[in-house]
Amino acid sequence: MTEAPATLTLPRPPRSQWRDVWDQFKTHKGAIVGLTVFALILGAVLIGPLIWTIDPTTVNLRARNQGFSAAHPLGTDQLGRDLLARVMAGGKVSIAVGMTAMSLSILLGTTIGVLAGYFRRLEGPLMRLTDLFLALPLLPLLLLMVTLFREPLSRSFGPEGGIFLLIVCAIGATSWMQTARIVRGEVLAIKEREFVLAARSIGTPARRMVTRHVLPNVLSPIMVSATLGIAAAIITESALSFLGLGFPPDFPTWGRLLYDAIDQMQLYPWRVIIPGIAISLTVLSVNYIGDGLRDALDPRIRGR
Amino acid sequence: MKLKTALMGAAASLAFAPAALAERGSDGEVRILYSQAVSTMNAYLSSGTKDVEVGSLVLEPLAGFNEKGEVIPRLVTEIPSLENGGIAEDMKSITWKLIPGLLWSDGSPFTAHDAVFTAEYCMHPEGGCAQLARYEGIEKVEAVDDLTVKITYKDAKPNPFTAFVGATSPILQKAQFQNCLGPAASSCTDQNFKPIGTGPFRVTEFRTNDTVMLEANPNYRDPAKPAFATALVKGGGDATAAARAVMETGEFDYAWNTQIAPEIQAQMEQGGTGKFVNAFGTLVERIEMNMTDPSPELPEGERATAKHPHPILSDIRVRKALSMAIDRQILVEIGYGNAGRATCNLVPAPEFFASDNTDCLTQDVEGAKALLEEAGWTDSDGDGVRDKDGRKLALLYQTSVNAIRQDFQSIIKQWWNDIGVEVELKTVDPSVFFGGDAGSPDTFQKFYADVEMYANNFDGTDPEPYLAQYTCEKAPRPETQWQGENVNRFCDPAYDALVAELVRTREMDKRAEIAKTLNDMLTKDSYVVVPLVDRGRLSAHANTLGGVVLNTWDSELWNASDWYRIK
Repeated sequence: MTEAPATLTLPRPPRSQWRDVWDQFKTHKGAIVGLTVFALILGAVLIGPLIWTIDPTTVNLRARNQGFSAAHPLGTDQLGRDLLARVMAGGKVSIAVGMTAMSLSILLGTTIGVLAGYFRRLEGPLMRLTDLFLALPLLPLLLLMVTLFREPLSRSFGPEGGIFLLIVCAIGATSWMQTARIVRGEVLAIKEREFVLAARSIGTPARRMVTRHVLPNVLSPIMVSATLGIAAAIITESALSFLGLGFPPDFPTWGRLLYDAIDQMQLYPWRVIIPGIAISLTVLSVNYIGDGLRDALDPRIRGR
Repeated sequence: MKLKTALMGAAASLAFAPAALAERGSDGEVRILYSQAVSTMNAYLSSGTKDVEVGSLVLEPLAGFNEKGEVIPRLVTEIPSLENGGIAEDMKSITWKLIPGLLWSDGSPFTAHDAVFTAEYCMHPEGGCAQLARYEGIEKVEAVDDLTVKITYKDAKPNPFTAFVGATSPILQKAQFQNCLGPAASSCTDQNFKPIGTGPFRVTEFRTNDTVMLEANPNYRDPAKPAFATALVKGGGDATAAARAVMETGEFDYAWNTQIAPEIQAQMEQGGTGKFVNAFGTLVERIEMNMTDPSPELPEGERATAKHPHPILSDIRVRKALSMAIDRQILVEIGYGNAGRATCNLVPAPEFFASDNTDCLTQDVEGAKALLEEAGWTDSDGDGVRDKDGRKLALLYQTSVNAIRQDFQSIIKQWWNDIGVEVELKTVDPSVFFGGDAGSPDTFQKFYADVEMYANNFDGTDPEPYLAQYTCEKAPRPETQWQGENVNRFCDPAYDALVAELVRTREMDKRAEIAKTLNDMLTKDSYVVVPLVDRGRLSAHANTLGGVVLNTWDSELWNASDWYRIK
């Protein structure tokens, strides 16, 4: 009657943390769908141009404003440029800009947020810096950056490379503030929790404290703001191109395709719808991946 | 001589028009849509075209311009000229003779004192008159008698048709406005909203920035006009919505300035209730060639100045080849539709001043290639780009941000690629590009690019100041803080001499001849300026509205008294 059930004492095989995360991630249906869609988009954008070899910038005045056909599966625009090729070429730039700018902005925002939240002495200056950036008028600042750096950068990295670098830095440097504020708030709350006190009492140095205890606990807001950041970066890039501060006009991006098509929206609605769907799908799938990751990374949810 | 033809033309149109009309007020209401709403009826208090034009239904100048840019009499018996003695021999004064017996819409007589008062009103030092430029250089305006106005200028004025001519300088009634001089001008809301005029209509209700209701002027000088008993001018919306209201739904009879994409124009024309009308002024979209070297390797202060001639574009054969590779007809089709036409002229209008230069209208790709070969530019390394002495034939092509301009850039880039020219495109925010800030490298005056594209026009009907912009000393350079209109840095002593001759010349026929020569020197003889499209005005009117003649030199509603309903 008192014998202990032997099966309960059998040790489970050790599992790596990332394996747990992946198992949890798999249970989130939306995240799996999002991951698939995003992989498809990436594949289309990266491998597509190798199969569909029409040049996206070639003007063909004999084939203007065409509908869907075998020669042009998504039709052509007002100058007879093939829309499928343009969507693929545009996606490459837009996704690259979105991802890079987002990484830069998350890196900046998290660093500043954690430093400001964890070290009391840095809080004042860092948060005032954040306020300063929030108060800066974005457009004149970008205008200034483009005016000052476009020419030297184009000369050293080529017209496209230079502008890419400039735009990524411009977007990254002007969009980290929200992340910094959110992260600081979370860090302030976590800093007062018992486990942090316990860790401190056994002499954990600040560097370890941040990487081991604080960062994993603020990962979810960072993830959310990262996924939203990609969307914002793609849209900011579109706005910049529209204002003439972005890529040269013969260089397609999703935002530019969208803006170019607005005039003819009533006559050729698909020219707006296709890049619009591409942007929405990318943003939505990244959002779902982020949502799934957030759940999977949170140890309190994981395993339930 | 020209004026006489103009007079006869005007008389002829007056004689024929009434045949279609019955009597004043027989045709009901005319509904006009302005996509920008009207905020005042007084042209002297607003530089907005919409205010000036709607105001012209009520207030009239002594003389106006017809659709050809010729001066036509409105409230005067004839147009003053050197021959009839109206313009003094020394060109320092002009005398206008009013039509006897004219009445204001309130029934009081119209006299020369009203004109004198109007000049005083606009030239009041504290008034802030928006149309002061039309009264520039006036020494005094006097009423010789009740029906004679004499304007005296400080200096000789070869073109005296500015004050009291055109919708921007109409005559105000002295009795109504005499308490509105100077600082009081803008506080006289009753007067500014319901001015008493001599035009075909008078205001019955004025709702600021919304609607103006008008009725036929009972004292209008032609008893048979206007054919409409009432008029309604509605403001607001945008160009596309305005065009739709006339072309598709038929809610309005006339829509002002319906500048929309060619595909949409074509679609709306099938709506069946209206049609587009167009007229061409002097606005020309052009490519300007940089005659100096904009290379960033040159030190600031020498870059893009006359010290360093352009290494590629200094050769006229290259400039000509670039022009020959362009098919202007396609540009019009893609960018402007009915609102544009291909041109080779910098001065495309008035007809009297326009050169008959049409060489550039046919595209000649093979000819362009041959010309580049002849100039020594060959593709020696087989990469599709021509080169000479180790230098590639590569150009930086800049313009302002604008959907149509970006389309043009892409097309022209392709044409130039076809003849072996490598092209890099650049776009600049319009407020920077046209901003004129000497500190910015991206202004059109600084021209740190090889070619650039934009549009420009001239005010009025006389191209002299416009052509005088291309003389040597008008080139932007560091010493002038990069200001100046000669953005190409074109410099030809023969051109400067001819401009000086134009300034001295008085006879109209001779002036026209010189203006044409100057135009040709810039375009087909040197290809420094490569005109592309003559951009016109596009408005829409209902099929049932008759008598509409679009006019780019005066108010679009200049002949509203002749409008009638087609039954």
